[in-house]
Amino acid sequence: MLSTGAAAAVFQAAAVGAGGVDADGTGTGRAGGHRSGPQRAWQHVERRLDRVLGAKGNPLRHLGALGFFFFWWLLGSGIYLYAALDTSATAAYESIARLSREPWYVGGWLRSVHRYAADGFVVVMVLHLIREASLGRFRAFRRHAWWTGIALLLFAFTSAIGGFWLNWDQLGQFSAEATAEWLDALPLFAAPLSRNFIAAAAVGDRLFSLFVFVHVGVPLLMVFGLWFHVQRIAHAQVFPPRQLAVATALGLLALSFVVPVASHAPADLSHAPGPLAFDWILLSVHPLVDATSPGFVWALLGGTVLLLAMLPMLPRRNAAAAPAARVDPAHCNGCRRCFVDCPYTAITMVPHPHGQAAGRPARQLAQVDPDLCASCGICVGACPSSTPFRRGAELVTGIDLPQRPIDALRRELDAGLAARRGRRAFVVLGCADASCAPPVGADVIALDLVCAGQLPPSFVDYALRAGAAGVVVSGCREGDCAFRLGQRWTEERLLGIREPRLRAGVPREALRVVWPRPGKLRGVARALDDLRAQCDGSPGRAEVECDA
Amino acid sequence: MPEQRAIVQRDPRGALAWLGQGLLYALFALVVGVFSQWPPYRHLPSDQALIKLSFSHHGQRISACRQLGAEELAKLPPNMRAPTQCPRERAPVIVELDIDGTRVVHRVASPSGLSKDGASTVYHRVAVSAGEHRIAVRLKDSAAGSAFDYERVGTVQLAPARILVIDFDAEKGGIVWQ
Repeated sequence: MLSTGAAAAVFQAAAVGAGGVDADGTGTGRAGGHRSGPQRAWQHVERRLDRVLGAKGNPLRHLGALGFFFFWWLLGSGIYLYAALDTSATAAYESIARLSREPWYVGGWLRSVHRYAADGFVVVMVLHLIREASLGRFRAFRRHAWWTGIALLLFAFTSAIGGFWLNWDQLGQFSAEATAEWLDALPLFAAPLSRNFIAAAAVGDRLFSLFVFVHVGVPLLMVFGLWFHVQRIAHAQVFPPRQLAVATALGLLALSFVVPVASHAPADLSHAPGPLAFDWILLSVHPLVDATSPGFVWALLGGTVLLLAMLPMLPRRNAAAAPAARVDPAHCNGCRRCFVDCPYTAITMVPHPHGQAAGRPARQLAQVDPDLCASCGICVGACPSSTPFRRGAELVTGIDLPQRPIDALRRELDAGLAARRGRRAFVVLGCADASCAPPVGADVIALDLVCAGQLPPSFVDYALRAGAAGVVVSGCREGDCAFRLGQRWTEERLLGIREPRLRAGVPREALRVVWPRPGKLRGVARALDDLRAQCDGSPGRAEVECDA
Repeated sequence: MPEQRAIVQRDPRGALAWLGQGLLYALFALVVGVFSQWPPYRHLPSDQALIKLSFSHHGQRISACRQLGAEELAKLPPNMRAPTQCPRERAPVIVELDIDGTRVVHRVASPSGLSKDGASTVYHRVAVSAGEHRIAVRLKDSAAGSAFDYERVGTVQLAPARILVIDFDAEKGGIVWQ
């Protein structure tokens, strides 16, 4: 375990990287060169906000979790409101009016919270979709979440629009009539739905039951939909960081208090509603239909959904998909660490085929689902067999990436250190998005990983023992990891709070961890300068350790 | 844990972070608060009224029912020997709406159902200026001839935002408006 001071020293350079340095770094990350325009634009905004709010307080980095957060608020307030709602055509309006008066501090306030939470829910869902699309996170192992997310967005709008009908006021009347006329443009119904709203007598309790189903039943479907949405994501964040949750809740409550939601006059089907205090966030489809035509809006909606659904299947520039991780049963001891750490639940544990020893606990074996595997290598970093200290000409581990085997990493490290024998050498181990190019210095051995999470912590120990003067571990900034958890797991492993841990005896002063911005690798260069200065300023240490 | 504190400390702290957080959330709340009820939307201009022509009505059968003879009945299974046989298909319903002498609606509503034996339905909404209007509605639900079976002509006074519904109710004599 590191002490507080040692941990702060190890992660000192990380603060530099996260602080957001404007000046160009000393090299360009590979991903920096491949980033698309939308990706660059989105990440630019995100990182600007990071400077002020930090990654944990930046709502753009937690849009999915914020969506869950608003959904929890909707469920909680909705249960109370539903208990107080008279679900009949003639009494619904009065029951909501009574709820808003008695007692206002619960009913009226909660009603406003319910509305604004719905607005917030839809806003963050749309932003979430734009973010994932901008970052290109919809292909391959993310297809499932992408498709279920599209369906959830449609469900959210359906339920939200239906909520306006339950308060049978002029806004609800307009929305119900407009929705019915829009649906009538489809050849689905034998009789026009709009006939349900031609006279007050036509709006009965039976129709209101349908309203209730739309507003209450669809969210119940959404609960299952959300479960499907995150089913293939391990350690899904369904609650935002505390400071973000508190700020969101306070904002929601304050807005509801300052601008409470009020009803319009009761619905009157003999008169068209007058000017409406209109919720443009949830009900924009109605003015759009008015301004164009029902057919146009159906075509627009269908086309948009189709385009979004097709995105994962469009050809990509680099068409070759990375091969999935491979398990070697002879070297897998069934420890489950890869199973726990895999960000996309691609690994399951199955009975080990090499027999079960009598009288001993049943052995297990990791099994990779290629369809779910992101080829990130985080499982390799988690595998205890990935330690480079193992003897043998070839380093064979329990689970490995064919495109970047752990044996090749050890060979490259050995070769690099051998080439600099007798001279000072620093090792940079970083993910392909955040590693450094040669300009960082001739005394540097830079080894790329698919993700920082692919690094077994014992490689740091190995490099130092093999003669490196210092080691820099670099990866994407917090929240930027293309594989979600690589940065977090690496950090925890190096801090000794997650298996496999970095050995306690490893000199922490020879290790730096940085999370630079893609293409802005000044943090890596600074960490190296810091290590060099440390060696230069410590003659005794330099003699013993810095000069191999 | 001290190690965890060290990780968390990378986020900016202090007045700037809190101020930024506050400003951002105030902006978000402002956007949600404003656009959840502003600008107001008026579906129908203040000087207009609506006429909704809507009905769900079965057209007459395309041909008359006929009595089956004893020989024909004998060919049928015993449980299907109904003496009267009626064709299922119904005639389409044709409706016209004139407002102030101008034809605004002419619809031919086909019967619903695979066998074309269901009701013909029409829903059509027309916005008109508020005030007095002369309305003529004609409806034909039979297959024979070209004359309309029902017609109603009258003058209505429509206040702004008033919705006039024109329906068909055979029990009330045919075309009704309310």
